[in-house]
Amino acid sequence: MAISVKVMRRPEVGRTSYMRATLKGMSLTFKHMVNPTKVTLQYPEDQPDLHPRWRGTHRMEVHADGRPKCVACGLCPTVCPANCIRLVGGEDDQGNRYPIVYEIDEFRCIFCGMCQEVCPVEAIHVGRHFENAEYSRDRFVYDLDRLMEQDHPTTLLWDPSDSRSE
Amino acid sequence: MHEMNELSTFWFVTIGAIKVLAVFTVVMVVVAYMTLAERRVSAFIQDRLGPNRVGPFGLLQPIADGLKNIIKEETMPGTAAKLYFVLGPALAIMPAVVTFAVIPFAAPLPTPVGTVDMVVADVPIGILYILALSSLAVYGIVLSGWASNNKYAFLGGLRASAQMISYEVALGLSVIAVLLLIGNVTLTEAVWQQQQLGMWFILPLSLAFIFFLISALAETNRLPFDMPEAESELITGYHTEYSAMKFSMFFIAEYAHVVTASGLLATLFLGGWDIPFWTGDDMFRHETGWIRGFDAAGAPIPATPSVLITLLTLGAFCVKTGFFLLLYIWIRWTLPRFRYDQVMHLGWKIMLPGSLGYIMLVAGTMLVLDQLGVPFGLLYGGVLTVVSGITTLAFIFFVDRDRVIGGAHRKIKVARRHVPAAPKSPGGPAASS
Repeated sequence: MAISVKVMRRPEVGRTSYMRATLKGMSLTFKHMVNPTKVTLQYPEDQPDLHPRWRGTHRMEVHADGRPKCVACGLCPTVCPANCIRLVGGEDDQGNRYPIVYEIDEFRCIFCGMCQEVCPVEAIHVGRHFENAEYSRDRFVYDLDRLMEQDHPTTLLWDPSDSRSE
Repeated sequence: MHEMNELSTFWFVTIGAIKVLAVFTVVMVVVAYMTLAERRVSAFIQDRLGPNRVGPFGLLQPIADGLKNIIKEETMPGTAAKLYFVLGPALAIMPAVVTFAVIPFAAPLPTPVGTVDMVVADVPIGILYILALSSLAVYGIVLSGWASNNKYAFLGGLRASAQMISYEVALGLSVIAVLLLIGNVTLTEAVWQQQQLGMWFILPLSLAFIFFLISALAETNRLPFDMPEAESELITGYHTEYSAMKFSMFFIAEYAHVVTASGLLATLFLGGWDIPFWTGDDMFRHETGWIRGFDAAGAPIPATPSVLITLLTLGAFCVKTGFFLLLYIWIRWTLPRFRYDQVMHLGWKIMLPGSLGYIMLVAGTMLVLDQLGVPFGLLYGGVLTVVSGITTLAFIFFVDRDRVIGGAHRKIKVARRHVPAAPKSPGGPAASS
Protein backbone atom coordinates (compact mmCIF):
# COMPACT_ATOMS: atom_id res chain seq x y z
CA MET A 1 0.00 0.00 0.00
CA ALA A 2 1.44 3.29 -1.04
CA ILE A 3 1.99 5.89 1.62
CA SER A 4 -0.23 8.89 1.04
CA VAL A 5 0.00 12.27 2.73
CA LYS A 6 -3.17 13.98 3.76
CA VAL A 7 -2.80 17.74 3.60
CA MET A 8 -4.97 19.50 6.13
CA ARG A 9 -6.80 22.45 4.64
CA ARG A 10 -6.33 25.10 7.30
CA PRO A 11 -7.84 28.53 7.02
CA GLU A 12 -5.36 31.04 5.70
CA VAL A 13 -3.38 32.92 8.32
CA GLY A 14 -4.99 36.26 8.88
CA ARG A 15 -8.44 34.93 8.12
CA THR A 16 -8.75 33.04 11.37
CA SER A 17 -11.22 34.40 13.86
CA TYR A 18 -10.30 33.17 17.31
CA MET A 19 -13.43 34.73 18.72
CA ARG A 20 -15.65 32.78 16.34
CA ALA A 21 -13.67 29.60 16.93
CA THR A 22 -14.02 30.08 20.67
CA LEU A 23 -17.77 30.61 20.45
CA LYS A 24 -18.11 27.56 18.23
CA GLY A 25 -16.17 25.51 20.73
CA MET A 26 -18.25 26.81 23.61
CA SER A 27 -21.48 25.92 21.85
CA LEU A 28 -20.15 22.45 21.09
CA THR A 29 -19.18 21.80 24.70
CA PHE A 30 -22.53 23.19 25.84
CA LYS A 31 -24.35 20.77 23.56
CA HIS A 32 -22.44 17.89 25.07
CA MET A 33 -23.02 19.21 28.59
CA VAL A 34 -26.80 19.17 28.22
CA ASN A 35 -26.88 15.99 26.14
CA PRO A 36 -28.40 13.32 28.41
CA THR A 37 -26.70 10.45 26.57
CA LYS A 38 -23.58 9.58 28.53
CA VAL A 39 -21.06 6.85 27.85
CA THR A 40 -20.29 5.97 31.47
CA LEU A 41 -21.07 2.39 32.47
CA GLN A 42 -22.26 2.39 36.10
CA TYR A 43 -20.00 -0.58 36.66
CA PRO A 44 -20.90 -2.54 39.77
CA GLU A 45 -24.62 -2.13 39.01
CA ASP A 46 -24.39 -2.41 35.25
CA GLN A 47 -22.07 -5.13 34.03
CA PRO A 48 -20.17 -4.76 30.78
CA ASP A 49 -21.39 -6.80 27.84
CA LEU A 50 -18.48 -9.21 27.42
CA HIS A 51 -17.73 -10.58 24.00
CA PRO A 52 -18.45 -14.34 23.58
CA ARG A 53 -14.73 -14.84 22.95
CA TRP A 54 -13.62 -12.86 26.01
CA ARG A 55 -10.89 -14.87 27.77
CA GLY A 56 -10.86 -14.43 31.54
CA THR A 57 -10.76 -16.48 34.72
CA HIS A 58 -10.41 -20.24 34.22
CA ARG A 59 -12.92 -22.84 35.23
CA MET A 60 -12.82 -26.63 35.26
CA GLU A 61 -15.84 -28.50 33.89
CA VAL A 62 -17.19 -31.28 36.09
CA HIS A 63 -19.04 -34.51 35.46
CA ALA A 64 -22.58 -35.01 36.76
CA ASP A 65 -21.19 -36.84 39.79
CA GLY A 66 -18.92 -33.95 40.67
CA ARG A 67 -15.60 -35.34 39.41
CA PRO A 68 -13.46 -33.06 37.26
CA LYS A 69 -13.53 -33.84 33.56
CA CYS A 70 -9.75 -33.54 33.45
CA VAL A 71 -7.94 -36.76 32.53
CA ALA A 72 -4.47 -35.43 33.48
CA CYS A 73 -3.14 -35.90 29.95
CA GLY A 74 -0.59 -33.10 30.51
CA LEU A 75 -1.33 -31.22 27.29
CA CYS A 76 -2.27 -27.90 28.93
CA PRO A 77 0.91 -27.49 31.04
CA THR A 78 2.87 -28.40 27.92
CA VAL A 79 1.20 -25.88 25.67
CA CYS A 80 0.97 -23.11 28.26
CA PRO A 81 3.32 -20.32 27.08
CA ALA A 82 3.41 -18.69 30.51
CA ASN A 83 4.08 -21.97 32.27
CA CYS A 84 1.42 -21.24 34.84
CA ILE A 85 -0.31 -24.63 35.09
CA ARG A 86 0.96 -27.22 37.56
CA LEU A 87 -0.45 -30.70 37.04
CA VAL A 88 0.25 -33.91 38.93
CA GLY A 89 -1.71 -36.77 37.46
CA GLY A 90 -2.88 -39.96 39.16
CA GLU A 91 -4.67 -43.17 38.18
CA ASP A 92 -7.50 -44.93 40.08
CA ASP A 93 -7.99 -48.73 40.32
CA GLN A 94 -10.15 -48.81 37.18
CA GLY A 95 -7.31 -47.20 35.24
CA ASN A 96 -8.97 -43.74 34.92
CA ARG A 97 -6.47 -40.94 35.05
CA TYR A 98 -7.39 -37.93 37.18
CA PRO A 99 -5.55 -34.84 38.44
CA ILE A 100 -4.16 -35.06 41.98
CA VAL A 101 -2.89 -31.51 41.84
CA TYR A 102 -4.18 -29.01 39.32
CA GLU A 103 -3.17 -25.39 39.94
CA ILE A 104 -3.31 -22.32 37.74
CA ASP A 105 -1.38 -19.22 38.72
CA GLU A 106 -3.69 -16.46 37.48
CA PHE A 107 -0.87 -13.93 37.94
CA ARG A 108 1.40 -15.68 35.46
CA CYS A 109 -1.42 -16.57 33.08
CA ILE A 110 -1.56 -14.42 29.96
CA PHE A 111 -5.10 -15.56 29.12
CA CYS A 112 -4.19 -16.81 25.66
CA GLY A 113 -6.78 -19.59 25.93
CA MET A 114 -4.47 -22.25 24.50
CA CYS A 115 -5.21 -24.58 27.42
CA GLN A 116 -8.86 -24.60 26.42
CA GLU A 117 -8.00 -25.13 22.76
CA VAL A 118 -5.67 -28.03 23.46
CA CYS A 119 -7.81 -29.86 26.02
CA PRO A 120 -9.04 -33.15 24.47
CA VAL A 121 -11.95 -33.61 26.90
CA GLU A 122 -13.07 -29.96 27.15
CA ALA A 123 -12.27 -29.83 30.84
CA ILE A 124 -10.26 -26.64 31.36
CA HIS A 125 -11.80 -23.46 30.00
CA VAL A 126 -11.10 -19.76 30.10
CA GLY A 127 -14.24 -17.83 30.98
CA ARG A 128 -16.17 -14.63 30.37
CA HIS A 129 -15.28 -13.25 33.79
CA PHE A 130 -12.74 -10.72 35.02
CA GLU A 131 -13.52 -9.88 38.64
CA ASN A 132 -10.74 -11.74 40.39
CA ALA A 133 -9.32 -9.19 42.82
CA GLU A 134 -7.98 -10.60 46.09
CA TYR A 135 -6.43 -9.27 49.27
CA SER A 136 -3.30 -11.45 49.17
CA ARG A 137 -1.02 -12.82 46.47
CA ASP A 138 -1.35 -16.49 47.40
CA ARG A 139 -5.07 -16.37 46.66
CA PHE A 140 -4.24 -15.98 42.98
CA VAL A 141 -3.09 -19.57 42.62
CA TYR A 142 -6.36 -21.35 41.89
CA ASP A 143 -6.42 -25.00 42.98
CA LEU A 144 -8.63 -27.69 41.52
CA ASP A 145 -11.54 -27.16 43.92
CA ARG A 146 -11.57 -23.46 43.25
CA LEU A 147 -11.46 -24.00 39.50
CA MET A 148 -14.37 -26.40 39.76
CA GLU A 149 -16.39 -23.95 41.84
CA GLN A 150 -16.32 -21.27 39.14
CA ASP A 151 -19.69 -20.97 37.44
CA HIS A 152 -19.22 -18.15 34.95
CA PRO A 153 -19.91 -18.74 31.23
CA THR A 154 -17.02 -20.23 29.33
CA THR A 155 -15.30 -18.71 26.36
CA LEU A 156 -16.37 -19.52 22.84
CA LEU A 157 -13.45 -20.93 20.88
CA TRP A 158 -12.38 -19.19 17.73
CA ASP A 159 -13.96 -20.76 14.68
CA PRO A 160 -11.98 -20.12 11.48
CA SER A 161 -15.13 -20.39 9.36
CA ASP A 162 -16.80 -17.73 11.50
CA SER A 163 -13.87 -15.48 12.24
CA ARG A 164 -15.97 -12.67 13.77
CA SER A 165 -18.13 -14.98 15.92
CA GLU A 166 -21.34 -13.83 14.35
CA MET B 1 -38.96 59.03 55.12
CA HIS B 2 -37.70 55.81 56.57
CA GLU B 3 -35.65 56.47 59.66
CA MET B 4 -31.93 55.88 59.47
CA ASN B 5 -31.84 52.92 61.79
CA GLU B 6 -28.18 52.88 62.76
CA LEU B 7 -26.66 49.99 64.65
CA SER B 8 -25.19 50.63 68.07
CA THR B 9 -21.49 49.86 68.44
CA PHE B 10 -22.19 46.63 70.28
CA TRP B 11 -24.52 45.34 67.61
CA PHE B 12 -22.25 46.57 64.84
CA VAL B 13 -19.41 44.44 66.20
CA THR B 14 -21.60 41.44 66.97
CA ILE B 15 -23.37 41.45 63.63
CA GLY B 16 -20.04 42.11 61.91
CA ALA B 17 -18.61 38.99 63.49
CA ILE B 18 -21.67 36.99 62.48
CA LYS B 19 -21.36 38.26 58.92
CA VAL B 20 -17.68 37.35 58.79
CA LEU B 21 -18.42 33.83 59.97
CA ALA B 22 -21.41 33.41 57.68
CA VAL B 23 -19.67 34.73 54.56
CA PHE B 24 -16.51 32.75 55.25
CA THR B 25 -18.52 29.58 55.75
CA VAL B 26 -20.61 30.15 52.64
CA VAL B 27 -17.54 30.92 50.51
CA MET B 28 -15.79 27.79 51.78
CA VAL B 29 -18.84 25.65 51.08
CA VAL B 30 -19.16 27.16 47.61
CA VAL B 31 -15.46 26.47 47.07
CA ALA B 32 -15.92 22.86 48.15
CA TYR B 33 -18.86 22.43 45.83
CA MET B 34 -17.00 24.20 43.03
CA THR B 35 -14.55 21.31 43.04
CA LEU B 36 -17.47 18.93 42.69
CA ALA B 37 -19.15 21.12 40.05
CA GLU B 38 -15.90 21.31 38.14
CA ARG B 39 -15.63 17.54 38.02
CA ARG B 40 -19.30 16.97 37.28
CA VAL B 41 -19.57 19.65 34.57
CA SER B 42 -16.31 18.57 32.96
CA ALA B 43 -17.67 15.03 32.96
CA PHE B 44 -20.91 16.14 31.36
CA ILE B 45 -19.00 18.07 28.74
CA GLN B 46 -17.03 14.93 27.96
CA ASP B 47 -20.19 12.77 27.92
CA ARG B 48 -19.28 11.13 31.21
CA LEU B 49 -21.11 11.13 34.53
CA GLY B 50 -18.42 12.22 36.94
CA PRO B 51 -18.27 11.44 40.67
CA ASN B 52 -21.78 10.38 41.70
CA ARG B 53 -21.07 7.72 44.29
CA VAL B 54 -20.67 9.56 47.60
CA GLY B 55 -24.14 10.63 48.69
CA PRO B 56 -27.00 11.55 46.36
CA PHE B 57 -25.61 12.82 43.03
CA GLY B 58 -22.15 12.73 44.60
CA LEU B 59 -23.02 15.65 46.84
CA LEU B 60 -20.86 14.39 49.70
CA GLN B 61 -17.80 14.04 47.47
CA PRO B 62 -16.17 17.29 48.72
CA ILE B 63 -16.40 15.98 52.28
CA ALA B 64 -14.77 12.72 51.26
CA ASP B 65 -12.06 14.66 49.41
CA GLY B 66 -11.44 16.89 52.40
CA LEU B 67 -11.23 13.92 54.75
CA LYS B 68 -8.80 12.22 52.41
CA ASN B 69 -6.61 15.28 52.15
CA ILE B 70 -6.51 15.72 55.92
CA ILE B 71 -5.45 12.15 56.67
CA LYS B 72 -2.95 11.92 53.82
CA GLU B 73 0.75 12.03 54.55
CA GLU B 74 2.39 15.43 54.30
CA THR B 75 5.58 15.21 52.29
CA MET B 76 8.37 17.73 52.46
CA PRO B 77 11.27 17.66 50.00
CA GLY B 78 14.57 17.28 51.84
CA THR B 79 16.09 20.24 50.03
CA ALA B 80 13.10 22.55 50.40
CA ALA B 81 13.37 25.86 52.20
CA LYS B 82 11.18 24.76 55.08
CA LEU B 83 9.86 28.10 56.30
CA TYR B 84 8.78 29.34 52.89
CA PHE B 85 7.58 25.91 51.85
CA VAL B 86 5.09 25.98 54.71
CA LEU B 87 4.41 29.68 54.32
CA GLY B 88 3.53 29.34 50.62
CA PRO B 89 0.10 27.73 50.91
CA ALA B 90 -0.83 30.02 53.79
CA LEU B 91 0.09 33.09 51.74
CA ALA B 92 -1.84 31.74 48.79
CA ILE B 93 -5.04 31.09 50.67
CA MET B 94 -5.10 34.21 52.83
CA PRO B 95 -5.77 36.86 50.14
CA ALA B 96 -8.18 34.52 48.40
CA VAL B 97 -10.52 34.25 51.36
CA VAL B 98 -10.40 37.87 52.51
CA THR B 99 -11.15 39.53 49.17
CA PHE B 100 -14.80 38.54 49.25
CA ALA B 101 -15.30 40.83 52.25
CA VAL B 102 -16.06 43.97 50.22
CA ILE B 103 -18.54 42.46 47.79
CA PRO B 104 -22.14 43.35 48.65
CA PHE B 105 -24.32 40.30 48.26
CA ALA B 106 -27.84 41.54 49.03
CA ALA B 107 -29.98 44.58 49.79
CA PRO B 108 -29.78 45.88 53.38
CA LEU B 109 -31.53 43.67 55.92
CA PRO B 110 -33.80 45.27 58.55
CA THR B 111 -33.36 43.77 62.01
CA PRO B 112 -34.82 44.80 65.38
CA VAL B 113 -31.49 46.37 66.30
CA GLY B 114 -31.03 48.32 63.08
CA THR B 115 -30.55 47.96 59.35
CA VAL B 116 -27.63 45.73 58.43
CA ASP B 117 -25.62 46.18 55.26
CA MET B 118 -25.32 42.88 53.46
CA VAL B 119 -21.60 43.19 52.94
CA VAL B 120 -18.91 42.13 55.39
CA ALA B 121 -16.97 45.38 55.20
CA ASP B 122 -18.26 48.30 53.16
CA VAL B 123 -14.81 49.88 53.09
CA PRO B 124 -14.49 53.14 51.14
CA ILE B 125 -11.65 51.72 49.03
CA GLY B 126 -13.61 48.63 47.89
CA ILE B 127 -12.16 47.84 44.49
CA LEU B 128 -8.65 49.01 45.40
CA TYR B 129 -8.76 46.62 48.36
CA ILE B 130 -9.59 43.74 46.03
CA LEU B 131 -6.88 44.70 43.52
CA ALA B 132 -4.29 45.07 46.27
CA LEU B 133 -5.06 41.80 48.01
CA SER B 134 -5.60 39.67 44.94
CA SER B 135 -2.18 40.65 43.63
CA LEU B 136 -0.70 39.50 46.94
CA ALA B 137 -1.78 35.98 46.03
CA VAL B 138 1.16 35.71 43.63
CA TYR B 139 3.56 35.76 46.59
CA GLY B 140 2.19 32.47 47.80
CA ILE B 141 2.69 30.92 44.38
CA VAL B 142 6.16 32.35 43.76
CA LEU B 143 7.36 31.47 47.26
CA SER B 144 6.09 27.93 47.11
CA GLY B 145 7.55 27.49 43.65
CA TRP B 146 10.94 28.71 44.81
CA ALA B 147 10.93 26.96 48.17
CA SER B 148 10.15 23.58 46.61
CA ASN B 149 13.67 23.50 45.10
CA ASN B 150 12.27 21.86 42.01
CA LYS B 151 12.84 23.23 38.53
CA TYR B 152 9.28 22.74 37.38
CA ALA B 153 7.84 24.27 40.50
CA PHE B 154 10.23 27.18 40.08
CA LEU B 155 9.22 27.68 36.45
CA GLY B 156 5.60 27.60 37.50
CA GLY B 157 6.25 30.27 40.10
CA LEU B 158 8.10 32.44 37.57
CA ARG B 159 5.33 32.11 35.05
CA ALA B 160 2.76 32.93 37.72
CA SER B 161 4.55 36.14 38.63
CA ALA B 162 4.97 37.20 35.01
CA GLN B 163 1.36 36.43 34.18
CA MET B 164 -0.06 38.04 37.30
CA ILE B 165 1.88 41.24 36.73
CA SER B 166 0.89 41.39 33.05
CA TYR B 167 -2.79 40.88 33.65
CA GLU B 168 -2.97 42.90 36.84
CA VAL B 169 -2.36 45.93 34.62
CA ALA B 170 -5.13 45.07 32.19
CA LEU B 171 -7.44 44.18 35.07
CA GLY B 172 -6.84 47.48 36.80
CA LEU B 173 -7.23 49.47 33.59
CA SER B 174 -10.47 47.76 32.63
CA VAL B 175 -11.81 48.54 36.10
CA ILE B 176 -10.97 52.21 35.63
CA ALA B 177 -13.65 52.49 32.94
CA VAL B 178 -16.14 51.19 35.50
CA LEU B 179 -14.84 53.56 38.15
CA LEU B 180 -15.33 56.48 35.76
CA LEU B 181 -18.99 55.61 35.50
CA ILE B 182 -19.44 54.94 39.22
CA GLY B 183 -17.50 58.01 40.28
CA ASN B 184 -16.32 56.10 43.33
CA VAL B 185 -14.49 52.90 44.25
CA THR B 186 -16.88 51.28 46.71
CA LEU B 187 -18.78 48.29 45.45
CA THR B 188 -22.07 49.23 47.13
CA GLU B 189 -21.89 52.41 45.07
CA ALA B 190 -21.24 50.31 41.96
CA VAL B 191 -24.52 48.48 42.51
CA TRP B 192 -26.33 51.75 43.26
CA GLN B 193 -25.08 53.50 40.14
CA GLN B 194 -26.14 50.58 37.98
CA GLN B 195 -29.61 50.84 39.50
CA GLN B 196 -29.63 54.57 38.81
CA LEU B 197 -28.38 54.16 35.26
CA GLY B 198 -31.24 51.76 34.60
CA MET B 199 -28.93 49.23 32.99
CA TRP B 200 -26.09 46.99 34.00
CA PHE B 201 -22.58 48.09 33.14
CA ILE B 202 -22.12 45.12 30.81
CA LEU B 203 -24.01 47.16 28.19
CA PRO B 204 -22.39 50.62 28.41
CA LEU B 205 -18.96 49.12 29.16
CA SER B 206 -19.02 45.99 27.03
CA LEU B 207 -15.35 46.13 26.06
CA ALA B 208 -14.29 46.67 29.66
CA PHE B 209 -16.33 43.59 30.52
CA ILE B 210 -14.48 41.50 27.95
CA PHE B 211 -11.11 42.76 29.15
CA PHE B 212 -12.06 42.20 32.76
CA LEU B 213 -13.32 38.68 32.07
CA ILE B 214 -10.11 37.72 30.27
CA SER B 215 -7.90 39.32 32.92
CA ALA B 216 -9.88 37.65 35.69
CA LEU B 217 -9.33 34.30 34.01
CA ALA B 218 -5.62 35.02 33.88
CA GLU B 219 -5.51 36.35 37.44
CA THR B 220 -7.10 33.23 38.85
CA ASN B 221 -4.72 31.00 36.84
CA ARG B 222 -7.58 29.22 35.20
CA LEU B 223 -7.47 27.66 31.79
CA PRO B 224 -6.84 28.92 29.15
CA PHE B 225 -4.32 30.86 31.24
CA ASP B 226 -3.09 28.20 33.64
CA MET B 227 0.55 28.73 32.71
CA PRO B 228 1.75 28.34 36.33
CA GLU B 229 0.25 24.85 36.51
CA ALA B 230 0.47 23.62 32.92
CA GLU B 231 0.29 19.89 33.63
CA SER B 232 1.70 18.88 30.27
CA GLU B 233 4.72 21.16 30.50
CA LEU B 234 5.48 21.69 34.18
CA ILE B 235 3.93 18.60 35.80
CA THR B 236 1.68 20.79 37.93
CA GLY B 237 3.94 23.80 38.28
CA TYR B 238 4.26 25.47 41.63
CA HIS B 239 2.42 22.83 43.67
CA THR B 240 4.35 19.86 42.26
CA GLU B 241 6.01 19.14 45.60
CA TYR B 242 2.96 19.68 47.76
CA SER B 243 0.74 16.95 49.08
CA ALA B 244 -2.24 16.44 51.35
CA MET B 245 -3.71 19.53 52.98
CA LYS B 246 -1.04 21.93 51.72
CA PHE B 247 -1.93 20.96 48.17
CA SER B 248 -5.56 21.32 49.11
CA MET B 249 -4.82 24.86 50.30
CA PHE B 250 -3.73 25.86 46.79
CA PHE B 251 -6.89 24.37 45.42
CA ILE B 252 -9.06 26.17 47.94
CA ALA B 253 -7.18 29.38 47.14
CA GLU B 254 -7.72 28.96 43.41
CA TYR B 255 -11.41 28.30 43.78
CA ALA B 256 -11.86 31.05 46.34
CA HIS B 257 -10.27 33.38 43.77
CA VAL B 258 -12.72 32.11 41.19
CA VAL B 259 -15.65 32.72 43.53
CA THR B 260 -14.43 36.23 44.33
CA ALA B 261 -13.78 37.02 40.68
CA SER B 262 -17.25 35.78 39.79
CA GLY B 263 -18.79 37.88 42.54
CA LEU B 264 -16.80 40.87 41.36
CA LEU B 265 -17.81 40.35 37.74
CA ALA B 266 -21.44 40.09 38.83
CA THR B 267 -21.14 43.22 40.96
CA LEU B 268 -19.30 45.39 38.48
CA PHE B 269 -21.00 44.34 35.26
CA LEU B 270 -24.24 42.54 36.06
CA GLY B 271 -25.61 44.89 38.69
CA GLY B 272 -24.57 42.91 41.77
CA TRP B 273 -27.68 42.05 43.79
CA ASP B 274 -29.88 44.24 41.59
CA ILE B 275 -33.00 42.56 40.25
CA PRO B 276 -33.48 43.57 36.60
CA PHE B 277 -36.55 45.54 35.41
CA TRP B 278 -37.63 46.30 38.97
CA THR B 279 -36.83 49.47 40.85
CA GLY B 280 -38.40 48.22 44.08
CA ASP B 281 -35.11 46.77 45.24
CA ASP B 282 -33.01 49.87 44.58
CA MET B 283 -31.59 50.98 47.88
CA PHE B 284 -28.72 53.14 48.97
CA ARG B 285 -27.57 54.82 52.15
CA HIS B 286 -28.17 58.52 51.58
CA GLU B 287 -27.36 61.15 54.16
CA THR B 288 -31.00 61.27 55.31
CA GLY B 289 -31.84 57.59 55.15
CA TRP B 290 -32.37 54.71 52.73
CA ILE B 291 -33.38 56.05 49.34
CA ARG B 292 -34.57 54.49 46.12
CA GLY B 293 -33.50 57.30 43.83
CA PHE B 294 -34.18 60.95 43.10
CA ASP B 295 -37.34 62.38 41.56
CA ALA B 296 -37.32 64.93 38.74
CA ALA B 297 -36.85 67.79 41.18
CA GLY B 298 -33.84 66.10 42.73
CA ALA B 299 -35.53 65.19 45.99
CA PRO B 300 -34.66 61.74 47.33
CA ILE B 301 -37.33 59.03 47.15
CA PRO B 302 -37.28 56.99 50.34
CA ALA B 303 -36.91 53.22 50.31
CA THR B 304 -37.92 50.72 52.93
CA PRO B 305 -35.59 47.76 53.51
CA SER B 306 -37.46 44.52 53.97
CA VAL B 307 -36.50 40.91 54.58
CA LEU B 308 -38.22 39.80 51.39
CA ILE B 309 -36.21 42.22 49.24
CA THR B 310 -33.02 41.08 50.97
CA LEU B 311 -33.78 37.46 50.19
CA LEU B 312 -34.77 38.20 46.59
CA THR B 313 -31.66 40.25 45.97
CA LEU B 314 -29.51 37.58 47.62
CA GLY B 315 -31.03 35.13 45.18
CA ALA B 316 -30.29 37.46 42.26
CA PHE B 317 -26.67 37.80 43.37
CA CYS B 318 -26.31 34.03 43.73
CA VAL B 319 -27.75 33.45 40.26
CA LYS B 320 -25.37 35.95 38.66
CA THR B 321 -22.33 34.67 40.54
CA GLY B 322 -23.36 31.11 39.76
CA PHE B 323 -23.54 31.98 36.10
CA PHE B 324 -19.96 33.22 36.13
CA LEU B 325 -18.82 30.18 38.11
CA LEU B 326 -20.36 27.97 35.47
CA LEU B 327 -18.81 30.11 32.75
CA TYR B 328 -15.39 29.62 34.35
CA ILE B 329 -15.78 25.85 34.31
CA TRP B 330 -17.27 25.89 30.85
CA ILE B 331 -14.39 27.94 29.44
CA ARG B 332 -11.86 25.71 31.17
CA TRP B 333 -13.16 22.58 29.53
CA THR B 334 -13.51 24.19 26.11
CA LEU B 335 -10.33 26.10 25.44
CA PRO B 336 -6.83 24.68 25.30
CA ARG B 337 -3.96 26.36 27.09
CA PHE B 338 -2.23 29.32 25.48
CA ARG B 339 1.43 29.19 24.69
CA TYR B 340 3.50 31.33 27.02
CA ASP B 341 4.43 33.93 24.39
CA GLN B 342 0.78 34.16 23.36
CA VAL B 343 -0.20 34.95 26.92
CA MET B 344 2.38 37.73 27.10
CA HIS B 345 1.45 39.00 23.64
CA LEU B 346 -2.22 39.18 24.52
CA GLY B 347 -1.53 40.83 27.85
CA TRP B 348 0.94 43.51 26.88
CA LYS B 349 0.27 44.20 23.21
CA ILE B 350 -3.51 43.88 23.06
CA MET B 351 -5.12 44.21 26.46
CA LEU B 352 -2.93 47.01 27.81
CA PRO B 353 -3.19 49.47 24.88
CA GLY B 354 -6.75 48.34 24.23
CA SER B 355 -7.95 49.09 27.73
CA LEU B 356 -6.00 52.38 27.80
CA GLY B 357 -7.66 53.47 24.58
CA TYR B 358 -11.01 52.35 25.88
CA ILE B 359 -10.61 54.47 29.01
CA MET B 360 -9.98 57.48 26.77
CA LEU B 361 -13.06 56.67 24.73
CA VAL B 362 -15.33 56.20 27.75
CA ALA B 363 -13.97 59.31 29.43
CA GLY B 364 -14.39 61.34 26.22
CA THR B 365 -17.96 60.13 25.70
CA MET B 366 -18.81 60.88 29.30
CA LEU B 367 -17.30 64.33 29.02
CA VAL B 368 -19.39 65.10 25.93
CA LEU B 369 -22.54 63.75 27.60
CA ASP B 370 -21.90 65.75 30.75
CA GLN B 371 -21.24 68.91 28.75
CA LEU B 372 -24.51 68.38 26.87
CA GLY B 373 -26.24 68.06 30.26
CA VAL B 374 -27.60 64.56 29.64
CA PRO B 375 -28.91 63.26 32.97
CA PHE B 376 -27.44 60.03 34.40
CA GLY B 377 -30.07 57.60 33.20
CA LEU B 378 -31.22 55.47 30.31
CA LEU B 379 -30.24 57.97 27.57
CA TYR B 380 -26.79 58.41 29.11
CA GLY B 381 -26.33 54.68 29.29
CA GLY B 382 -27.80 54.19 25.84
CA VAL B 383 -25.29 56.49 24.18
CA LEU B 384 -22.44 54.76 26.01
CA THR B 385 -23.88 51.39 25.00
CA VAL B 386 -23.90 52.35 21.34
CA VAL B 387 -20.36 53.75 21.50
CA SER B 388 -19.06 50.73 23.40
CA GLY B 389 -20.91 48.29 21.22
CA ILE B 390 -19.40 49.75 18.06
CA THR B 391 -15.96 49.78 19.70
CA THR B 392 -16.31 46.18 20.82
CA LEU B 393 -17.37 45.00 17.38
CA ALA B 394 -14.59 46.99 15.73
CA PHE B 395 -12.10 45.66 18.27
CA ILE B 396 -13.12 42.09 17.63
CA PHE B 397 -13.21 42.60 13.87
CA PHE B 398 -9.82 44.28 13.50
CA VAL B 399 -7.87 42.65 16.30
CA ASP B 400 -9.31 39.16 16.37
CA ARG B 401 -8.10 37.97 13.00
CA ASP B 402 -4.76 36.46 13.88
CA ARG B 403 -3.57 39.63 15.54
CA VAL B 404 -4.74 38.78 19.05
CA ILE B 405 -2.72 35.62 19.31
CA GLY B 406 -0.20 35.92 16.53
CA GLY B 407 2.73 33.92 17.79
CA ALA B 408 4.64 31.88 15.25
CA HIS B 409 2.12 32.63 12.51
CA ARG B 410 3.21 36.24 12.35
CA LYS B 411 6.56 35.45 10.76
CA ILE B 412 4.95 33.50 7.95
CA LYS B 413 2.58 36.31 7.31
CA VAL B 414 5.28 38.98 7.18
CA ALA B 415 7.45 36.83 4.95
CA ARG B 416 4.62 36.17 2.55
CA ARG B 417 3.97 39.82 2.07
CA HIS B 418 7.29 40.27 0.22
CA VAL B 419 6.75 37.28 -2.03
CA PRO B 420 5.16 38.17 -5.37
CA ALA B 421 1.83 36.48 -5.88
CA ALA B 422 2.73 32.82 -6.26
CA PRO B 423 0.44 30.41 -8.13
CA LYS B 424 -1.96 28.85 -5.69
CA SER B 425 -0.74 25.47 -4.53
CA PRO B 426 -3.35 22.93 -3.51
CA GLY B 427 -1.66 22.59 -0.14
CA GLY B 428 -2.44 26.17 0.75
CA PRO B 429 -0.55 27.85 3.56
CA ALA B 430 0.28 24.52 5.17
CA ALA B 431 2.64 23.76 2.32
CA SER B 432 4.70 26.87 2.94
CA SER B 433 5.08 26.31 6.67
